[in-house]
Amino acid sequence: MSPIYEVFRQERKGQPFQHAGSVTAPDESFAEIYAREQYGRRQESVALWLVRRDALTEIGEFPDEFEMKYRRVDGYSIKARLREARERAGTLEQAPGGVGE
Amino acid sequence: MSERADLLLAIADDELVLGWRNSEWTGIAPFLEEDVAFSSIAQNEIGHARALYELVAEELGTTADELAFDRKPEEYRCSPLVELRRLEWARTIARHWLYETADEMRLAALKASDDPEVAGVAAKMDREEAYHRMHAEMWVDRLLSSDEGRARLSEAIDELWPYALGVLDEELRPELRQRAEERLGRKLPEVEPVPRGVHEAELAELWEEMTMVRRSAPAGTQW
Repeated sequence: MSPIYEVFRQERKGQPFQHAGSVTAPDESFAEIYAREQYGRRQESVALWLVRRDALTEIGEFPDEFEMKYRRVDGYSIKARLREARERAGTLEQAPGGVGE
Repeated sequence: MSERADLLLAIADDELVLGWRNSEWTGIAPFLEEDVAFSSIAQNEIGHARALYELVAEELGTTADELAFDRKPEEYRCSPLVELRRLEWARTIARHWLYETADEMRLAALKASDDPEVAGVAAKMDREEAYHRMHAEMWVDRLLSSDEGRARLSEAIDELWPYALGVLDEELRPELRQRAEERLGRKLPEVEPVPRGVHEAELAELWEEMTMVRRSAPAGTQW
């Protein structure tokens, strides 16, 4: 059974590599050719990363037994607090989404 | 026809017909990744054929399409190696590798041409052919690494060897033999080359298929 290689591609120089898909190939040299043809032949990538799937470490469990919402970005709304602060500072009307709009 | 047109047309016809033959694997190659890769190589070969036909067309006052599709089968200058219909993977790989090896030598000569247009197209082609060679070499490595693979490749190479010699002009043939023997680690048979200019029966069949649309809607059709 041939190994699977995960392919990441960079669309333009300086941009982050993003997962593009995978190729099944008997070894690295085949994987390189196959990735090049599948993810690069239309000039859609400036670079590719190939990683054997079994070389990746996957973490898939994130327990949150006590629902510590305050650690999440969507844990609580700052909208009301922001409004209060703006009222105190007298800048409510200039604020985006403020009373003036 | 000038010597230049004659030479370029021979290479263009090789690339067109081999591209066509290789594309016969599209959808039925041994596995999906190879299907995509081999089809892409086939498209490249046809792209190379177009670039060369355009150079010749300019000289002859015609078009690439007319050169590619409006000649009679016997007027094509391709080598018999590319005409063979070989729907069997070991032979396909053997032909691919033999052709790419010969083509590299031929392109090296063209890249050194005094004609800047010819040298330019040859250099462009060679940059893509480098990946075709990589693909072919990788398959040869793979086949040579097992007894079964080695046996199947050997059988296919021996069968195609007279055809491979026929791709090149006489003076380049000894070098092709030397390269192939070194790579395969064995002597190749002393045989009479199957030269350019004779055609396999399979070419007429392929020509029927290749020119069918063109013939059914003669020049003037817009896509």
